[in-house]
Amino acid sequence: MNIPQDKTGEGGVVITKLDDLLNWARLTSLFPMGFGLACCAIEMMGAYASGYDLDRFGIIPRASPRQSDVMIVAGTVTFKMADRVRRLYEQMPEPRYVISMGSCSNCGGPYWEHGYHVVKGVDRIIPVDVYVPGCPPRPEALIGGFLKLQEIIRQETIRAPRAVQQIMARRMNNEESLMNNDESKVTNGELEMNPLVEGNDEIELKSQQNPTA
Amino acid sequence: MLFEEIRDFIAVQFGAEVIVSEHTDNLQPYLVLDTERLAEVCLELHDNELTYFDFLSSVTGIDNGPETGTVEVVYNLYSIPYDHSLMLKVVVPRNTNAGEPIPSVPTVSHIWRTADWQEREIFDLVGILFKDHPDMRRILCSADWEGHPLRKDYKLQDYYHGIKVPYDNHNEYSGFRGEPVRLIDPEEPFTDKRAKPEA
Repeated sequence: MNIPQDKTGEGGVVITKLDDLLNWARLTSLFPMGFGLACCAIEMMGAYASGYDLDRFGIIPRASPRQSDVMIVAGTVTFKMADRVRRLYEQMPEPRYVISMGSCSNCGGPYWEHGYHVVKGVDRIIPVDVYVPGCPPRPEALIGGFLKLQEIIRQETIRAPRAVQQIMARRMNNEESLMNNDESKVTNGELEMNPLVEGNDEIELKSQQNPTA
Repeated sequence: MLFEEIRDFIAVQFGAEVIVSEHTDNLQPYLVLDTERLAEVCLELHDNELTYFDFLSSVTGIDNGPETGTVEVVYNLYSIPYDHSLMLKVVVPRNTNAGEPIPSVPTVSHIWRTADWQEREIFDLVGILFKDHPDMRRILCSADWEGHPLRKDYKLQDYYHGIKVPYDNHNEYSGFRGEPVRLIDPEEPFTDKRAKPEA
């Protein structure tokens, strides 16, 4: 009855690393959350549809954040929508990823200066893994973003899960900022005068990376 | 009906004092009406068989800025059966300093239903209150937004629900993190290729 054995003539045993197996499973079945905010969503729908067929990468939109692995922020994030985007992200189970699609969600896009209603980059609300540039990006660019995300997932290991690392990093940042409260004030002051000094860059990075922490 | 005929019609019906001023030197002449009596004039213009303005093409709110100290609302009326149109304006003082009352104009939403959301939009963006409007709240900005964005002296709030509002160099640091940040030599950040070499 052992048909696969008979057919392939192989031992029926595959040896791999657990990391590789898990990563392979994750990166070949990325379920994005089905929601769009603006014109980028039209390109996203084009990418889902038969012309570009994201299904061949195992990418199938899901109707619920609880079933999704990746959130594509496709379009202009307004402040009215910001709370909803954050809540939807928090409802997604770990491991979760975010693709920021288009100029608006990358940095505010054409609304960067005079758009009072637009969040200047969705990374002010949620952490972003891949930024897809374009206004709007073509479906090929979105597919490129997914391939980039697959590369990120391929590097992961269960010995250092991302979620735990993020929590630890946040905790360390908080402790550091509590301990070096006076110092950081001084360095921030210097930073404004000379933003290119190497030592200060890290502090700036930490303080800006996660505004919600 | 021509503009002059409609003007005379209003003057006969409500008295000449209802028309504050009349501007005919531009392509589209308009009447500035007494703010308090706007709604009854509009109702008559809508109902009367001679005018029958059954269509409110648009309502526009304009902030003239703190120097002028006024805000105005522009009404573009159109009569589909008669194919004539009329532009009306009301001008009200502006609340430039804190403590002054918000400018208010009588609503016409009970005459033309289209005015309902347009007046809400004007309230949201320009900050003009429409008296007796059935549902006077913001329509585009979120309910707890501060200020009215299309005011000339509008200042962005710094934070909204913990999110920083103005653009800054946030994205310079939070963007692509795949490669280490390459720091430019602080001595010579950008060499100016056009600069003349020193002799």
